[in-house]
Amino acid sequence: MSILIKNGHIIDPAQGIDKKGDILIEGDEISQIGGKIKKKADVEINAEGLIVAPGFIDLHSHLREPGGEEKETVESGLRAAVAGGFTTVCAMPNTDPPCDTRAQVEFLKNRAKETGLGTGLPVGAITKDRKGTHMTEMCELKEAGCLAVSDDGDSVEDSVIMRRALEYASMADLVVMSHCEDKELVDEGVMNEGYWSTVLGLGPIPGKAESIMVDRDIQLAELAGARLHIAHVSTAESVDIIRRAKARGVRVTAEVTPHHLTLSDEALTTYDTNLKVNPPLRSDNDIRELKKGLKDGTIDAIATDHAPHLENEKEREFNYAPFGMIGFETALPLVRKALIEEGHLSWPELISKLTVSPAKVLGYDRGSLAVGEIADIVLINPDKEWVYEKSKVQSKSSNSPFIGWTLKGAVEGVIIAGKQVQVEQK
Amino acid sequence: MTKKKQIPWEKKNLLGIEELSEEEIQLILDHAVGFKEILGRPIPKVPTLRGKTIVNLFCEPSTRTRSSFELAAKRLSADTLNVATASSSFAKGESLKDTAKNIEAMKIDMIIMRHACAGAPLFLSKNVDASVINAGDGSHEHPTQALLDVFTVREKLGKVSGLKVSIIGDIAHSRVARSNIWALTKMGASVTVCGPKTLLPAEIEKMGIKATSSLREAVEGADVLNVLRIQFERQKKAFFPSLREYVREFGIKADVLEKYAKKDIVIMHPGPINRGVELSQEVADGPYSVILDQVTNGVAVRMAILFLLGHARGKGGLKSRKNGKK
Amino acid sequence: MEFQKSSKILDGEGIKRSLQRIAHEILEKNQGIENVVVIGIKSRGAHLAERIAENMGKIENSEVPVGALDITMYRDDLTEVAEQPVVHATEIDFDITGKKIILVDDVLYTGRTVRCALDELIDFGRPANIQLAVLVDRGHRELPIRPDFVGKNIPTAKEASVEVRLKETDDTEEVVVLA
Repeated sequence: MSILIKNGHIIDPAQGIDKKGDILIEGDEISQIGGKIKKKADVEINAEGLIVAPGFIDLHSHLREPGGEEKETVESGLRAAVAGGFTTVCAMPNTDPPCDTRAQVEFLKNRAKETGLGTGLPVGAITKDRKGTHMTEMCELKEAGCLAVSDDGDSVEDSVIMRRALEYASMADLVVMSHCEDKELVDEGVMNEGYWSTVLGLGPIPGKAESIMVDRDIQLAELAGARLHIAHVSTAESVDIIRRAKARGVRVTAEVTPHHLTLSDEALTTYDTNLKVNPPLRSDNDIRELKKGLKDGTIDAIATDHAPHLENEKEREFNYAPFGMIGFETALPLVRKALIEEGHLSWPELISKLTVSPAKVLGYDRGSLAVGEIADIVLINPDKEWVYEKSKVQSKSSNSPFIGWTLKGAVEGVIIAGKQVQVEQK
Repeated sequence: MTKKKQIPWEKKNLLGIEELSEEEIQLILDHAVGFKEILGRPIPKVPTLRGKTIVNLFCEPSTRTRSSFELAAKRLSADTLNVATASSSFAKGESLKDTAKNIEAMKIDMIIMRHACAGAPLFLSKNVDASVINAGDGSHEHPTQALLDVFTVREKLGKVSGLKVSIIGDIAHSRVARSNIWALTKMGASVTVCGPKTLLPAEIEKMGIKATSSLREAVEGADVLNVLRIQFERQKKAFFPSLREYVREFGIKADVLEKYAKKDIVIMHPGPINRGVELSQEVADGPYSVILDQVTNGVAVRMAILFLLGHARGKGGLKSRKNGKK
Repeated sequence: MEFQKSSKILDGEGIKRSLQRIAHEILEKNQGIENVVVIGIKSRGAHLAERIAENMGKIENSEVPVGALDITMYRDDLTEVAEQPVVHATEIDFDITGKKIILVDDVLYTGRTVRCALDELIDFGRPANIQLAVLVDRGHRELPIRPDFVGKNIPTAKEASVEVRLKETDDTEEVVVLA
């Protein structure tokens, strides 16, 4: 089986490619890239007007299986991911039961494989049952296929346990993804602390509740000599702390979500529970600093934090609704709007944050179109407008504040390990 | 009464003061004058809302506000139905949406809602055809309290514009404070909020007011003090060390007034008062206190609101619904 | 907008003479002013009530209590009126129980306004009787109501409208029929 993608605008930041050309895929690998390729292929795709890039890699998602299958399954989650151009997604371990053993890791990997919809990378828990008290058997998790561990949803509150987890994880060559949140400081907060929380009378979450933990975890990673990845950075202070840590050589990386780049806390005047996320939507100033952080490399990756919830869980009082929004299918147009339209990043820079850069965070050998690499490819129509309609949502849940929005930038096709995967026409 | 052109009331719901214009606030206050007169009649009841059904949906304990609304509705000849549920039961059992749909299926015209969660009345209004009146939602707004407060100020001092009004107490968790800030600033008063630093919420000055932790600063030059109820026992992680120290620093006592206050200062309190805490006994019962006038005015103002919403010309008012779907 | 033909039925002098005559008739029928109070329906009826009471007072060399009634709350057509009703306070600062009430309005038409006023008055107490005085009776009654004192009977078409303009509210004094 061979596929020839003709006349596309190839953007592969891993190789520094940003020009028109053809790509030939044979089997599951890329066999030729660039220029006019004359060879005959089983399938020819005319990619005139499209960007051809490595399939996106999402460092942060919640596939809800096992335990939350009514919200999302590995199958529905990966289908939504593919619709958004993601060919690899990291699945956070806050499932029920949590992903903290070899059996759980293998269950997830196999489930993902069965779907034929791209790679599901299980992120193992840092602590057993995500309780923050006993480390998981990280060496075995690594062997089972984990590249990272996280107690996402919570910080490891106990500093000594976090220190030891960092030390142990570095021995197992795992990156520790930290959800940075000082729960005591968050108290009963449900939105960013500032003018809007005051006006709306909603419990405030100070930005410092994040940056205090970012600071602690960076210092502990420094002490442990470990690789630390800061999940969903949302404040200006966090960006600043990470920037300074990187400057002094700490092995820290960071991600930001499309929604934190797109919406500020002012949006909550509607009390739309789909805007209730953790960390909360922040101020305009935070958004500006996040964009700067992406531009100067402080923030390495864009990750969705795709978090499905049922309609009846979200359709209620703001205080009682769960945190989180889905994000796979809207990621590309949102970051296009926030970063490209506003002139912060070029297409190659943006694609780098979705491909080679997250791959580096994980130490994962994808995210490039180099010859011999697994052919995970996304075809992007950069200027196509489409309406994000509830009826077309691929995820099992539809908790997105962007439903009804007209979005610009669409995924036209996805190739996973050399096979075309059908994406719903938008 | 002065003759002036009145704007029509077009809103279906009353969810907060923030969404009202100064003219709309004035309209309510002007109407309330008429309703206060009705309250003084031998038969203080008029038939204007006869045949309408008003539900008091109180998901948080309240005696005063609920009684005041119920009385207002009855004075207008509406039928009232009280539905009391603990908000916490919504967290587990029947969802608010289901409750709303169930109440609406009883063919009612208005829902007056008190809820522990900010935004709950807005949520309700999106799920029912009936008019919704916010009777206090979490720390967000308590519009009728603010309207009766400014009505009382206007009645006592003849105007609101240009006055200095200080709100004292737990500003962070107070819906009364927020609604009052909106109402007073829209009407041209200058507002100062005062309380322990732990109870002043972030960036509140951006609402166009002053914030201070100096009681003296709040009292000096003030025409009106609106003193909020302090609840110490409900604080999980205390915002101040003790009631004793609170009283020492922020309690309104006779000597504080003697030292710093204008002679004709007006003292308000949304009730119920913790005597000897936020207000000393003598101040609560003293000549400056208009606390009982507030209670009387509360019924008049709520009658005005029920009347205006009941006869709103806007979409969803009783008029449009009469011939409309429903 | 349709062109309306307007014809003046009464001028300022005519209104004055009518009110003077009504005052005399009231005194004659009630044999003086003992227990008589005058209550006008807001807003023009209230101004007329004040004038009638003043006339009566001058004739009798005494004061006649005057009140003003806002009937908005008692109307049965609130959901149908195009204009939003404006509520004013009713101003009756005397006890009406046992009194002979002269209820005053500017124009008597269907009788519904008077019905509202009667309902409201009854809620204030138990008067000895209620008598109705109007400046203009234009006919077309829908309820069994008749005036005791009339300034002028003006037969009108049902589509026509009668406007009483007073200096307190309209800066002029006249009664016109718009057809």
